[in-house]
Amino acid sequence: MMSMEMIPVLESMFRFQWEEAQQCYVLLYPEGMVKLNGPAGEILSLVDGKRNLVDIIGLLVDKYPQAEDLDKDVVAFIDDALEQNWIRGVV
Amino acid sequence: MSGSCQGKPSSLPENPTHGQPLWLLAELTYKCPLQCPYCSNPKDFADFTEELTTEEWIKVFEEGRKLGAVQLGFSGGEPLVRQDLSRLIHEARKLGYYTNLITSGVGLNERKVAEFRDAGLDHIQVSFQASDETVNNMLAGSQKAFQQKLKMAREVKAQGYPMVLNFVTHRHNIDQIDRIIELCVELEADYVELATCQYYGWAYENRQQLMPTRAQLERAERITNEYRAKLAAAGNPIKLIFVTPDYYEERPKGCMNGWGQVFLTVTPDGQALPCHSARMLPIEFPNVREHSLDHIWNESFGFNHFRGYEWMKEPCRSCDEKEKDFGGCRCQAYMMTGDAHNTDPVCSKSPNHDIILNARAEAEKPAAEPFLYRNERNSRVFCKG
Repeated sequence: MMSMEMIPVLESMFRFQWEEAQQCYVLLYPEGMVKLNGPAGEILSLVDGKRNLVDIIGLLVDKYPQAEDLDKDVVAFIDDALEQNWIRGVV
Repeated sequence: MSGSCQGKPSSLPENPTHGQPLWLLAELTYKCPLQCPYCSNPKDFADFTEELTTEEWIKVFEEGRKLGAVQLGFSGGEPLVRQDLSRLIHEARKLGYYTNLITSGVGLNERKVAEFRDAGLDHIQVSFQASDETVNNMLAGSQKAFQQKLKMAREVKAQGYPMVLNFVTHRHNIDQIDRIIELCVELEADYVELATCQYYGWAYENRQQLMPTRAQLERAERITNEYRAKLAAAGNPIKLIFVTPDYYEERPKGCMNGWGQVFLTVTPDGQALPCHSARMLPIEFPNVREHSLDHIWNESFGFNHFRGYEWMKEPCRSCDEKEKDFGGCRCQAYMMTGDAHNTDPVCSKSPNHDIILNARAEAEKPAAEPFLYRNERNSRVFCKG
């Protein structure tokens, strides 16, 4: 179980940005691109190397008060992003 | 060059026949200090000397970005030869491109690596010719290349860049694949391209000298798989990408993900191409000096010529695999059969498949001819002008 104090940091291999032509957030890396779906893009846009998971979930809850199980979705995505080596966790 | 965007281009509603040019390759110059006999540059490169200016390149980058281009490769020849490279990197990065420098490392130094970092360069790919100094230098046609490459690969990592190492493999170095992989691990590469030589341009001239036997290839692939498992078990995130030559396949590659679908090359003198080999085809391609990239990508004859399936001949036309491989490579069909509309001879359904079978048989014989090195003197032989 990952700690909610964990601070996700984008790996230096990747650049995260909004792509107007794709109408989505993307991760860019040497000679490649990952197109992110809406929720994944929203979460990664809050990853700044300073906020921990509590902060990130808090901001998303403020923005989407109606959404259910937001914390579980964030943890599941962060878990996946760690697995993919997009981010690393600093405690 | 390998590597295309993994994200599928979203289709433009008004243009259902093709996607966006996600990958823009800027071949800044044909000048190069090395003479690799498998260079993908055209054999008659010495004919094209009118390089685009800094401002002309910047215009290309702006127009490409508007069309959706996101990956920009600075290539050549050797792109370090261009004195305005820092400026071009800076402008491209400002536009939002992910910027890739594809270099031999010759002409690079610590100061330039830092200067490019400040300009916004995202990634450096260094190409090697072999893991062994003598073979490397023999292939590169240079005595000092190998030590310089090692030094620069270390510098690239020391300055915090992601690094891709590219080894073009062929019969002279493929048996050292274990040493090549170990060198890449030692240099802390993030990605390694073990790219079996593709036979275009100079490589086509030197094919008999370059093409490995099937046994060599199978051994190399097996060893690469063993290293993959071993490195993953040790928690090493390095990625090994093994590119097989299509000459040992029974179906052709889906070349460039389809003609004019994701990839756009601009040559040093401004010709826009759907792939870096297409200059050889007897088709008129537009020049960025005369047309906007929007016109070139969406309207031009050259870019539309092999889009879709209407242009196909049999056996492709009625083949149920045509949506998978688009009939293979147009350049290969042209080089081998004289007609770019034909099925790529790699396909076992092609009536010209015997050309590939003969090349495989030839690879079993010892390499007899000397290398034809890629340099200006040899290029003049192929020039029309």
